[in-house]
Amino acid sequence: MEFDTIAAISTALGEGGIAIIRVSGEDALEIVDNIFKGSKKLSTVDSHTINYGKLFDEHGNVVDEVLVSVMRSPKTYTKEDVVEINCHGGLIAAKRVLELVLDNGARLAEPGEFTKRAFLNGRIDLSQAEAIIDIIRSKTDRAMNIALKQVEGQLSKQIIKMRRELLEVLAHIEVTIDYPEHDVETVTHNLLLEKSNSVKKEIERLIEVANQGKVLREGISTVIVGRPNVGKSSLLNALVHENKAIVTEIPGTTRDVIEEYINIKGIPLKLVDTAGIRETEDLVEKIGVERSKKALEEADLVLYVLNYNDTLHEDDLQLMEILKDTNVIVIINKTDLSNQLDIEIIKELLSKSPIIYTSMKEEIGLEELETAISQLFFAGNIKQDDFTYVSNSRHIQLLKQSRQSVADAINSIEEYIPIDMIAIDIKNTWDALGMIICDSVSEDLVDQIFTQFCVGK
Amino acid sequence: MSMGYKAGDFGCIVVGAGHAGVEAALASARMGVKTLLLTISLDTIAFMPCNPSIGGPAKGHVVREIDALGGEMAKNIDKTLIQIRMLNTGKGPAVHALRAQADKFAYQNEMKSTLEKEPNITLKQAMVEKLIVENDVVKGIITRSGAEYYSETVVLTTGTYLRGRIIIGDLIYESGPNNQQPSINLSHNLKEIGLNLVRFKTGTPPRIHRESVDFSKMEIQPGDEVPRAFSFDTKEYRLDQIPCWLTYTNFHTHMIINSNLHRAPMFSGAIEGTGPRYCPSIEDKVVRFNDKPRHQIFLEPEGEFTEEMYVQGLSTSLPEDVQIEMLRTIPGMEKAEMMRPGYAIEYDVVVPTQLWPTLETKKIKNLFTAGQLNGTSGYEEAAGQGLMAGINAACRALGKDPVILDRSQAYIGVLIDDLVTKGTNEPYRLLTSRAEYRLLLRNDNADLRLREIGYKIGLIDENRYQAFLLKKNQIESEIERLKAYKVKPTSEVQEMLKSAGSSELNNGTDLATLLRRPEVTYDMIESLFPGLSEIDSAVKEQVEIEIKYAGYIEKQLLQVEKMKKVESKKIPEWVDYKTIHGLSLEAREKLSKIQPLNIGQASRISGVSPADISILLIYIEQGNKNMELNQHGKTE
Repeated sequence: MEFDTIAAISTALGEGGIAIIRVSGEDALEIVDNIFKGSKKLSTVDSHTINYGKLFDEHGNVVDEVLVSVMRSPKTYTKEDVVEINCHGGLIAAKRVLELVLDNGARLAEPGEFTKRAFLNGRIDLSQAEAIIDIIRSKTDRAMNIALKQVEGQLSKQIIKMRRELLEVLAHIEVTIDYPEHDVETVTHNLLLEKSNSVKKEIERLIEVANQGKVLREGISTVIVGRPNVGKSSLLNALVHENKAIVTEIPGTTRDVIEEYINIKGIPLKLVDTAGIRETEDLVEKIGVERSKKALEEADLVLYVLNYNDTLHEDDLQLMEILKDTNVIVIINKTDLSNQLDIEIIKELLSKSPIIYTSMKEEIGLEELETAISQLFFAGNIKQDDFTYVSNSRHIQLLKQSRQSVADAINSIEEYIPIDMIAIDIKNTWDALGMIICDSVSEDLVDQIFTQFCVGK
Repeated sequence: MSMGYKAGDFGCIVVGAGHAGVEAALASARMGVKTLLLTISLDTIAFMPCNPSIGGPAKGHVVREIDALGGEMAKNIDKTLIQIRMLNTGKGPAVHALRAQADKFAYQNEMKSTLEKEPNITLKQAMVEKLIVENDVVKGIITRSGAEYYSETVVLTTGTYLRGRIIIGDLIYESGPNNQQPSINLSHNLKEIGLNLVRFKTGTPPRIHRESVDFSKMEIQPGDEVPRAFSFDTKEYRLDQIPCWLTYTNFHTHMIINSNLHRAPMFSGAIEGTGPRYCPSIEDKVVRFNDKPRHQIFLEPEGEFTEEMYVQGLSTSLPEDVQIEMLRTIPGMEKAEMMRPGYAIEYDVVVPTQLWPTLETKKIKNLFTAGQLNGTSGYEEAAGQGLMAGINAACRALGKDPVILDRSQAYIGVLIDDLVTKGTNEPYRLLTSRAEYRLLLRNDNADLRLREIGYKIGLIDENRYQAFLLKKNQIESEIERLKAYKVKPTSEVQEMLKSAGSSELNNGTDLATLLRRPEVTYDMIESLFPGLSEIDSAVKEQVEIEIKYAGYIEKQLLQVEKMKKVESKKIPEWVDYKTIHGLSLEAREKLSKIQPLNIGQASRISGVSPADISILLIYIEQGNKNMELNQHGKTE
């Protein structure tokens, strides 16, 4: 047993009913015991038993009623101790449980990691090795794409800013250590305390933001498109009205994008740029062709609305060209009016897409649309896999880790611990933040020292 | 080259007798290997071509490590120092660092005498021009005078001599440091046998005559009053120390530099080598930090019986006349008599990623390289590498397992791992910030970290080892005592706490818990609750540090444990990165080049992602299983 303990949700996301959180590794039993109360401690039960009980959070509140399978090494999938928590209620509960497990010392599993362990521990035969490599490679590539997307985003801007501040402080501390006789001002306790507190506050803010939308944030990113006056905003209102949308504002972005989250048959949908639709009725008009193209390419699901009572326009043909390789549901609205639309062309151009006929005015077709969305999801057509979600849980975990490190630093500063030790905690904060944006090269520090200070004999 | 003749057989030949070479030769000889040490000049053994000082943060740590392992540098400086200080005393124990001013001439003489007394060393003056290599295995060397020496191993420590070129303004000539003969042919030979060389640059400031300096305009920099030493075994301390002096450059100095930049080789393009950022020339400092009104200048004596003084902070390759003009703008140096000009020197460097962590070259078996030749800068960095190259060359000659220090054991481990895993684009200087386990790699505990290893390989004798064991036991038992000793809130205890500015006790506790309070020191505790026997101050220091910083030490130990796990996963020799499907292109190239020994080292290579590591692990496991199956097939 030379691996740490890992955990992940092992059932597909979004499915209703039961979700399973799998924990594997030396400390699996101990970690789950920390949050589980049943008739017996899990560390005392027999192997390969299912145990009923409740999970509690750090404040002693019940999180879920669960069945926990305990499987001791070596007769398990990974050949390590494995605990599987079967919890109720789909995604939200599953994520909450996973988070608890992570808070108690497990590490979020990397793509294909359970299988990798199974292989390395001799559980899986040779012929499967190549397949595992493919999983790791492809999932990692996708994760990297997502990571890259986030690099352009608000979160990474904040993190880069915090890291730059920390790096300056670190370089300042380090230069006074490595060049004690140079006339570099010493880093004062007050300055350190001030910087650390401001970073801690910012990290806490990010965690809070992450928590607010943490489940919904990771829904299927959905864009509604179509020419003006085809009924996009009626569709939006109908979906939102029926499903009690939760609106979150993302402050500080260049434009105030509003994202609304709705839950359709257990599937979380994130409706992107709904403000744009409400204000101008036209995404393309509002944010320009290039950006709307990008929005469409990044979307997990596109709802494409057309007017039954109008002919196809040049715009529509262009749009269909862009959309032909995406997950799109065609919505032909205003069926209460007469048919002007050449539906055969649409069928030809978007041959893989389901077509739903609606009349928002008469409230017809909404049920069919929701069914189509859920079918698309369960049939596995939507590429949304556990990755958007994994990277976000990972972020929250790393943010928590960096909050802990910076809190340790503040503690030490207040106790007047020597500055080189405080530097250890500050460096850990910097590293953890760096892992969020996949960047942790310590050579940066040496570079910073010599850019910021003029030292040397 | 003259007619060849067979001149002798050895277990190890060391080429170069600078700080790396002397450690390599002494280590090899003391481990019982017949060793030949060759130098271009017997008058420049352990020569300090730059500043007359040893130690400082990270560098001083290395000197202590060398001593713990059984090397010579610490002893030699203790015998020849004219001043010693502990730096960073206002900071935590991990970054306390010793620095000494050396009498550089005494330092050389003392080291030469030590070498001459070593029975297993043959010390000779010779210019090595060629390696004897057969089928990519080194067999010996040939000198300019035609002597052919054969050996099981060769350690190259050529410093800045390889194709050395001195630059002073527009004056440029082929030379080793301080106008020594450069080594030209050996450089060509190294290329011929397939080593990749690059060009680095470093520099040194002018020296001036002590009598021409007005010290009343400078600040005195005395040594410490408490006795200090680098070596764990030194018992005699020098108390009458010689001071250094501090002054500053000013607007006039900078003006002279700025108006002569067109004559500065750094900016005119005459210098092609990469210089170190941490050891910038004064012209570099003035240009890059033009808003800084002044730069520090330290005057350091070159020795006790010489009038020459080293002008620290004024490293330069400006023309001689500009150097004189510039010197005379500095307070106290208005009448400075320059005895030697500063200069820049360019030299060839072996790209260090061509080395195994033992410092053996991957290309040529039994050939080791160490010191400035490997792209480092500094006497201490050179000595640390020399010691390890010497140890590993000896181990090879003796058929023993190599010795590789990891990043949690020693700064020497950090240094060598950085060099062979990451390489370097400029002369490499150790910094405490390069060590991720800095709190464990302290100046005070180098013996606890490394003496066991020194003893095992035969560089630490029985007496020194027994003294070390005694110290170690005392530390352990004293820590135990403090942990077990319960105290009640008696008036004595409350009084002590009050006077220390600490809050009073409400309940009983133990002495260790008490010592963990920032305001409480070991001495306070000892005065109230003395131990059974008198213990050494070094033991007290250890006890205090280990108890006071236990939380932080624990945290780092946990990280080390994780690191050791991956470090213990060896990468077998049959691994062929080019055939591993799924590795990224960059990872494939880098891994093939570096050929890491274990998964830990592989993961430190830039451009190798965690996914690449996972794939590598699976590939290795797959290969192992395949081999098992094949073996099975054969036996059946």
